[in-house]
Amino acid sequence: MREFDYVRATDTARASVEGQGAETRFIAGGTNLLDLMKLEVMAPSKLVDISRLPLDRIEEADGGLRIGATVTNSDLAADPRIRASYPVLSRALLAGASGQLRNKATTGGNLLQRTRCPYFYDTDTPCNKRSPGEGCAAMGGETRNHAVLGTSETCIALHPSDMAVAMRALDAKVEVQGAGGETNSFAMEEFYLLPSDTPHIETILESGDLITGVHLPAPRGDRQVYRKVRDRASYAFALVSTAAVVKMEDGRIADAAVAFGGLGTMPWRDPEVDAALTGEAPSRALFDKAADLLLREAEVTDGTAFKLPLARRVLRAVLEEATA
Amino acid sequence: MSYELKVDDKETTDRAAGLSQGLLGTAADRPEGVLKVTGRATYAAEDMPEGTAFGVLVRAPAMGRVELGNAPAVEKLPGVLAVIHDKRMLRNPAQGMAGEAPVQGVAEADYVGQPIALVVAGSFEQARHAAEVMEVRCLGEIRPVSPGAVEPEVPEKKQSSMGDLDAAMAAAVHKVDATYSTSAMSSAAMEPHAALAWWEGDKLTVRASLQMLKYNRAELADSVGIPLENVRILSPYVGGGFGSKLGVSPEVVAAAIAAQQLGRPVRVVLNRRQVFETITRRSETEQHIRLAADGEGRLTGVGHDALVSNLPEEPFSEPVTQATPFNYEGAARTIGHRVARIHRPAAGSVRAPGEAVGVTAFEIAMDELAVAAGIDPVELRLRNIPAEVPGTGKPFSSHMLAESLNDGAARFGWADRAAEPRARREGEWWIGSGVASAFRVNMLSEAEARVVLGPEGAIVETDMTDIGTGTYAILGQIAGELLGLPQEKVEVRLGDTAFPPGSGSGGSIGAASTGTAVWLAAQEVRAALAKEMGCEPDDLTLKDGRATCGNISRDIAELISGESLEGHGHVQPGDASSKVKQATFGAHFAEVAVNDVTGEVRVRRMLGSFAAGRILNLKTARSQCHGGMTWGIGMALTEELVHDRRDGHMVNRDLAEYHVAVNADVPPLEVHFLEERDPWTGPMQVKGIGELGICGAAAAILNAIHHASGVRLRDLPATPDKVLAGLEELG
Ligand SMILES: Cc1cc2nc3c(=O)[nH]c(=O)nc-3n(C[C@H](O)[C@H](O)[C@H](O)COP(=O)(O)OP(=O)(O)OC[C@H]3O[C@@H](n4cnc5c(N)ncnc54)[C@H](O)[C@@H]3O)c2cc1C
Repeated sequence: MREFDYVRATDTARASVEGQGAETRFIAGGTNLLDLMKLEVMAPSKLVDISRLPLDRIEEADGGLRIGATVTNSDLAADPRIRASYPVLSRALLAGASGQLRNKATTGGNLLQRTRCPYFYDTDTPCNKRSPGEGCAAMGGETRNHAVLGTSETCIALHPSDMAVAMRALDAKVEVQGAGGETNSFAMEEFYLLPSDTPHIETILESGDLITGVHLPAPRGDRQVYRKVRDRASYAFALVSTAAVVKMEDGRIADAAVAFGGLGTMPWRDPEVDAALTGEAPSRALFDKAADLLLREAEVTDGTAFKLPLARRVLRAVLEEATA
Repeated sequence: MSYELKVDDKETTDRAAGLSQGLLGTAADRPEGVLKVTGRATYAAEDMPEGTAFGVLVRAPAMGRVELGNAPAVEKLPGVLAVIHDKRMLRNPAQGMAGEAPVQGVAEADYVGQPIALVVAGSFEQARHAAEVMEVRCLGEIRPVSPGAVEPEVPEKKQSSMGDLDAAMAAAVHKVDATYSTSAMSSAAMEPHAALAWWEGDKLTVRASLQMLKYNRAELADSVGIPLENVRILSPYVGGGFGSKLGVSPEVVAAAIAAQQLGRPVRVVLNRRQVFETITRRSETEQHIRLAADGEGRLTGVGHDALVSNLPEEPFSEPVTQATPFNYEGAARTIGHRVARIHRPAAGSVRAPGEAVGVTAFEIAMDELAVAAGIDPVELRLRNIPAEVPGTGKPFSSHMLAESLNDGAARFGWADRAAEPRARREGEWWIGSGVASAFRVNMLSEAEARVVLGPEGAIVETDMTDIGTGTYAILGQIAGELLGLPQEKVEVRLGDTAFPPGSGSGGSIGAASTGTAVWLAAQEVRAALAKEMGCEPDDLTLKDGRATCGNISRDIAELISGESLEGHGHVQPGDASSKVKQATFGAHFAEVAVNDVTGEVRVRRMLGSFAAGRILNLKTARSQCHGGMTWGIGMALTEELVHDRRDGHMVNRDLAEYHVAVNADVPPLEVHFLEERDPWTGPMQVKGIGELGICGAAAAILNAIHHASGVRLRDLPATPDKVLAGLEELG
């Protein structure tokens, strides 16, 4: 670990100012950042600790809920309003990491957790995400934990979050306070960026930009399912996960929002999949069609090929459950 | 004086039966348990002397001749005291019981991840940073890293054949001819490998996390180049070893060299990644198994050929077929062993080397034979239990496989099991069950111990280690039993090479070997007490601190009148192993659920029935079996070291990505011990129990997966992708 300065933020507005600088990072729960710093995958020269800012509340707002950026994953999963109206989020959170980690991990930190690509974590191998232009050791290597959607020629790293997948299905918006003090909201598909030829740039955040919260609109569907497939019963990242938020009317799918983990370089959602489902009567053929759409541009390696049949089966089971 | 025993013959009298304290076989607590769970037991890296400096090992990022580009600059970084690049440093740990230095030298990197330098600094953080910024170049070609890429060695001594297996296969009514593979695995002990070294003149003391101190002392002395007498190793507590701490490892030698060079204590703790790639792994295996059987399922031929790997010059190769010569009937028998010399991190002993993976594959093959023959798998095994080691006429010292299978089957409810696979479904889940036999060779090793009886109680001393298995508890029980003292009146001191050399922990030898040394030492003390009492040792009763002989009864403390009595015990293996075959046996039963949508497998319950001679401590023995069965779950479902196909480096070298079983993977585990006395192991009639629980455990799970879902997997672990591929094939 490189030596660094430490500043404890006491004022939200000032935090963005303190957070400016290419080598400055915010630290919340520290469960991802500290690991990366110990390995010198990330080596900030200054940390701004935001864990004591008053951003740890969940409040009603605009017909939905506003979740402060430092609300812990444990608190968010246990919140009665979340459990009642956004159960898909509770379930996604509880399917992630371990109890100890969830007690420290925060909403903002979870959104910004870095990929688990083992080559990204290994400073002795080239990685375009870690050192732009260096090359990618994952390609041609061991890729069972990699992405099949949204990949580029420079990067196939997966976004590992469970929470963000549920949020994506819930049309969450990320609230960002810029360095100038202004606050803007971004839909998840605007917030995250595909790797293309700049895999080191993962979101639209710029120096000093602080996530202050996440806004969840009123849920569009009351049938919510989160399903995660992993290598062991707990404490493992998703091989494939699916979040579905569905509304049924007269035996038809009136509204569908389906998002995916374990597949994409960002928490994945495909408007064509949602559109194909909406207005239709549930059937196996329909679900298979949705899977075809989802995976139409998938790019696999020998390591990730299994994800296609798995995603297909999981999507079908999730939609069967959500529409039953 | 010393009580000596060479185990040449059987001992049929139950010598413990005449003792009165009632400690043997109870579920006594670990005396050091409270210290451990309250964080007061000092492991190797704790208890630092004043002025300790901190060392961090630097790894080779490639293979070939090593160049440390910026060493002078690194030496000038804040706090850095030295960059040590010494030819005595180890390439990899010594193999178990080596007693001499392993391959040394850091000028050349033989595998990616090899430690090639040590950076020492005033603080751990400074050393870690300096190690990270070290520019290491390795100027060489990448050498072969996968077993399939080289022509394997075929060591002559490890091939054996009797009868005509090809003819047996040709004539067989039912047969199996299949290839199985198991993954490379890591011990993943909780306590990382660590060493704290300091010198006083030419005398070196090292606190280290090691399993077999008398060998480690010799290995360390040889590595550093000093006489054995000048080395002292302290390992009072070891946070798990499982074979990974059998031999002296790179951090120990590096700490010793650094402490010598700097003239101050140096501590080197491996981080988790280094534990994975610097410490020996279990080799991956490929096993070709052939079984020939007659119409009743009786084996007429057995073939077991194994391919394993290791680095060049390593003497160890996973003894996959160790149980195959004696496991079942079968007159024709061909056993093969091949070693691929490749440049992955070194392979070595990991809990039950050989049987853990060899019995597992064999027991899956037995299940395939049961299915092919239409015979219940428990029944198939019962039909094939040999009366003696096939083809040799050698009897078994004790053998309770049939009893284990029957006992386990009855308790598990095996009789209710459907004969056909895919017979039970609950929602998305297929439910099924499987069985496997457990085999593990049993060994005795030379050991010595001292017992001193004083007015306050007794003290046991040996350099034996307790690697979490319960050695402190059982040695105290043995001494207490013989000397008529409650356990709290016996202090057990372990893990110091200043004490008489015990057996060390490894290969399940500890309880029988060092336990017998303690038994003998305590017998010597008993004889002295008998003399004081004026009677024969056999007529003496010792209980709760009182000595009784006929109608005389005296307080022991008073009897020895403030003095102390010392006994020394020394046991050695004798001819017993040439006269009888000694092994432990058991049976595993598992019920699993296989998800039809995702291929995920959940173990719903597991039961093991084991026979391992006298059980000295019910609690610690059961814990060993729980551990072994839990490892079996890991081997069956999740554990796999992934090596990069291009340069062999370990890709998943942390506990987030290398998946050991977590709590949620482990259902209630039931363990039962059968009453057994093995007359060929010395006066206690015990055998080892530390490794039996893993042998075959994974096979019971894989067999249950087949019974549940119809998917037969021969490539472990059964991760969801593999199970799913099988389900898709079945449609
Ligand atoms: C062993 C292990 C297993 C795990 N398993 C899972 C799993 O199964 N599923 C899953 O989803 N996750 C898993 N995680 C990841 C875990 O969820 C994340 O580590 C955690 O959510 C990160 O939150 P944090 O508050 O600790 O972030 P930190 O580590 O504090 O920060 C992470 C990043 O976010 C930035 N940051 C934090 N807050 C803000 C903010 N408000 N504004 C701007 N930038 C900010 C930091 O600068 C840093 O770059 C696992 C982690 C570990 C270590």
